[in-house]
Amino acid sequence: MKCQYCSNPATVHLTDLVKKQKKELHLCQACAEQQQLLKKNELNLQTIVQVLLGQHVGPLPDELARLTCPRCGIKFMEFREQGRLGCPHDYEVFRAGLEPLLAKIHRAGRHVGKTPRLQPPAEQVSELLQLRSQLRAAVEAEAYEEAARLRDLIRRKESCG
Amino acid sequence: MNLENLTRTSGEWLRGTGPESDIVISSRIRLARNLAAFPFSNRASAHQKAEIETLLRERIAKLELDAPLEYINVPGLSQLDRLFLVERHLISRELASGDGPRGVALLPLETVSLMVNEEDHLRLQVMRSGFALDEAWQDVDRVDDALEQKVNYAFSEEFGYLTACPTNVGTGMRASVMLHLPALVLAKQIDKVFRALQKLNLAVRGLYGEGSRASGDFYQISNQVTLGKSEPAILNDIRQVIPQIITYERQARSTLLKESKQSLQDRVARAFGTLRSATMMTSEETMDLLSSVRLGINLGLLEDISMPTVNELFIHTQPAHLQKLMGATLDGEERNAARARYLRSRLREPNPN
Repeated sequence: MKCQYCSNPATVHLTDLVKKQKKELHLCQACAEQQQLLKKNELNLQTIVQVLLGQHVGPLPDELARLTCPRCGIKFMEFREQGRLGCPHDYEVFRAGLEPLLAKIHRAGRHVGKTPRLQPPAEQVSELLQLRSQLRAAVEAEAYEEAARLRDLIRRKESCG
Repeated sequence: MNLENLTRTSGEWLRGTGPESDIVISSRIRLARNLAAFPFSNRASAHQKAEIETLLRERIAKLELDAPLEYINVPGLSQLDRLFLVERHLISRELASGDGPRGVALLPLETVSLMVNEEDHLRLQVMRSGFALDEAWQDVDRVDDALEQKVNYAFSEEFGYLTACPTNVGTGMRASVMLHLPALVLAKQIDKVFRALQKLNLAVRGLYGEGSRASGDFYQISNQVTLGKSEPAILNDIRQVIPQIITYERQARSTLLKESKQSLQDRVARAFGTLRSATMMTSEETMDLLSSVRLGINLGLLEDISMPTVNELFIHTQPAHLQKLMGATLDGEERNAARARYLRSRLREPNPN
């Protein structure tokens, strides 16, 4: 198949649905770049993994793209770009986005195997995570009195647990 | 820990003992763990990383293992020492080149390595010479049990041990077996083996992990799936394929001996001759030649050199090891000359056996 703009072989194939009308585009690499359909990317392992991870998740629904973890502040979009989550709580917050990804990687969705004997109450853990996130924000905002208060609070909570 | 003492030995994974050690170099298991009440390392501030490190270092210090663990502060190490630990498989490249507070606790025998503030807060690694996955699992499980009584791990009933990257979630376990497969490479059969392994969801990597090319014909086979399978089931997946690969490698070796003994003998003799007389040697060439020599010894084609010596040379000729042995920082050209000099001196020694 040839590129619709020049006669080079088409390597980029796009299908778009506009008002229920299927619209197909067949372009060569150069024309696709010119049309800004493709960014000129250096091909490195990191990008490939990200792209593949992205494809595994499929198109990103708006609500998912906007999700932010209240504990660590990471956005689902950032996770997709970096491939790393921000805190343990993300597995809950991003559940809708992670479940299909886990199914692709592991062909499973539920843990089987070792379980730690010592498990702290979930509320206590998430409270500490939240306090630490607030502490970090306070330090960044140079609100040192607030930071000191939060630090002492975290210490007290930890020594109780 | 005095790293200089380590330079004189070859470390656990190239000790060259243990079951099937002519083909299986070593078995390794690592577990990824995170503290429940902190953000993951990549999202933690410098201050939080320091807190995580202090907490884990204190808990690790209280562990009662067979010997005392020694904690090494990684930012306090020179680039050379960091690379040295990477070459010995005691720390990951990520831990060596990362930033912020981080460290590693080691057993003097180099069988246990606990990395702090890697991609995950804690990476527990156990290494064994030869084909010894079960023993490695028992060891790492025991260390993990002891630690989990002192720290709160991030864990959910549904997703298991929670990790920074979803590819590790669940058991957090990566088990790998390192194999020396020179005959399958020579017979051009190795790709078939890999394709078969990939179908079974097992990963194949080179000597130094992700992206590293299989220099010296060393290959690491490891599990890809960490969720939805128990640790024993994952270990079983690997344990079942290894004997078959060993059989293929042995078949390839005996075919080579039967059908092209003379050219094999020539290859081994040339490799040995080059190692003994060249004046410039790259690390890559050294690995390839040592691989032929190792095969030669296993097939009884070469008797002028012992297996422990060859195993030791594999690691001693790596860039950081070489520089530590020479006691000087050397650039690429100087290293190639020093490497050749070192090989000549080691291979001229009379065989101690």
